[in-house]
Amino acid sequence: MKKRMLAAALAAMMCVSFTAGCGGGSEDSGEKVYVYNWGEYIDEEVIQMFEEETGIEVVYDTFETNEEMYPVIEAGGRVYDVVCPSDYMIEKMIANDLLAEINFDNVPNIQYVSDSIMEGSKAFDPENKYSVPYTFGTLGILYNTSMIDEEITSWTSLWNEEYEGNILMYNSPRDLFTAPLAILGYSLNTTDENELNEAKEMLLEQKPLVQRYVMDQIKDSMISGSAAIAMCYSGEVLQLQEGNSDLAYVVPEEGSNYFIDSWVIPANAENKENAEAWINFLNKPEIALKNFEYITYSTPNTGAQELMDEELLSNPAVFPGEDILSKCEVFHSLGEEGDDLFNEMWMEIRDADV
Amino acid sequence: MSKKLLSAPYLVWMIGFTIIPLALIVYYGLTDRSGAFTLENIMAIATPERMNALIRSLKLSLISTAVCLVLAYPLAMILKSLKVKQSSFIVFIFILPMWMNFLLRTMAWQTLLDRNGVINQILNFLHLPQLNIINTQTAIVFGMVYNFLPFMVLPIYNVLVKIGDDTVEAARDLGANSVQTFFRVILPLSVPGVVSGITMVFVPALTTFVISDLLGGGMVLLIGNVIEQEFTFTANWNQGAGLSLVLMVFILISMALLAKYDKDGEGASF
Repeated sequence: MKKRMLAAALAAMMCVSFTAGCGGGSEDSGEKVYVYNWGEYIDEEVIQMFEEETGIEVVYDTFETNEEMYPVIEAGGRVYDVVCPSDYMIEKMIANDLLAEINFDNVPNIQYVSDSIMEGSKAFDPENKYSVPYTFGTLGILYNTSMIDEEITSWTSLWNEEYEGNILMYNSPRDLFTAPLAILGYSLNTTDENELNEAKEMLLEQKPLVQRYVMDQIKDSMISGSAAIAMCYSGEVLQLQEGNSDLAYVVPEEGSNYFIDSWVIPANAENKENAEAWINFLNKPEIALKNFEYITYSTPNTGAQELMDEELLSNPAVFPGEDILSKCEVFHSLGEEGDDLFNEMWMEIRDADV
Repeated sequence: MSKKLLSAPYLVWMIGFTIIPLALIVYYGLTDRSGAFTLENIMAIATPERMNALIRSLKLSLISTAVCLVLAYPLAMILKSLKVKQSSFIVFIFILPMWMNFLLRTMAWQTLLDRNGVINQILNFLHLPQLNIINTQTAIVFGMVYNFLPFMVLPIYNVLVKIGDDTVEAARDLGANSVQTFFRVILPLSVPGVVSGITMVFVPALTTFVISDLLGGGMVLLIGNVIEQEFTFTANWNQGAGLSLVLMVFILISMALLAKYDKDGEGASF
């Protein structure tokens, strides 16, 4: 989910070239589908393949954050037929009646979508009526096997004094609090002040061991070996492992956060059937695989998983395994009060002297 | 009439980009999320974390301003003593890095100072002790000094070059030695430049959040970071605006203090 931030420029370029260029290439049926997706979140060839197969012209735009996408859909100034937000944002869009129910008769390929991910989706789409999962990822621990001898399996390794000064933590409160909350066995969506206070105390205790709190810089530091162990979202991992083959990724046994990005159809969509055709097309196993190879975020498409080689499938960054996944939890939106609570605690942690 | 017409674009600029935004900050700062009047956003500065962050920011920006002054004054004196061609060349070299984006330069320092960064690799190669300042307050002060030093040098230099050689010679003729000349003639005459330099370093240093994020590694909380966090994480614009107002008060106080020494606004000729 974080990789996309860096791709702003590319995404903007892509966006322009697609909206301008793709119209002429396909057979012209006059049908269109307006797609709104994250930047760098599709293999461009897939768009052409879709146009060739269906004759539907794709008008493709991109966004960088859920928060940027939401007002566009809400205001309806530009009408999109199919959008790809993240879990908590889908929850918010459903709550505000911005989404249309998907007619699954038009999406037979839903059969390929993993049951456990559909189950996980219920956290934000309780009846699986509005969304079709596109990608998912876990939050886990990335560590450098040339600097750390033991096999890491638990969040508690981030509190191991041997790694003092070699630990990187995320500087976004929800992600940061995942580690202590998972260790303590509390829900990642808790807003109970006592539970959060316990987690905060753990993080305060950990601060002297931490090298720094970062977001994207985790990549550089882990590849160069400036740090040995870090919190990391799985979507980055394949790319990081290309940069440094000593890096290993694990989703800790206590469980963790996972996110799901899903396709949804806005309530005001004008080409709903085309949108369903788009969703169906993306869930063809070979298309899902092609997309996976490009974006490297895990695909929930079991058909695509069957086409992958053993090495990929055994990489927990790609597929954490059902038993781990069942312990993972999707973030819910906590509302203003919840956010304020996290904000205060995070500030207290940042303020603490090392 | 025509003169008024010519000033219209500037008027629009000032209203659009200074007055309206300021009014918005005041409005948001003095209301809560539902729009009702409150002083809570301002009083929030009294919470320990925010107060600590403010004190820490004041401390670090004062230190960097002092360091900048100590480095910049002698440099400006040297520049003054050089021939015009040489000095303009050096000034040119000095501001050359400013043509590059400020963020990029700070990120470059992050890589240079990193524990496995270029500087440490060189030190390591020479079997010298490692430099471990990254992610500390020292690194932040360093970043501030690096980024804001030109803003101290140029105003001081501008004032110094305007002090004619005849003034200095007159002082010497009247029996002042070089130390006396400096302290009783040059220094007082250069105060406007110093004042302007101090403002131009102190204010951005006090409000920065990028330098502390990049070189402090999120380990050091400054008031700029607090305000940024209010806006970006909780999207609590009211709180963010309220704290900005508090910060503005400090900036205004510092400027008011300094304005006493720069009555003619000479140093402002940047």
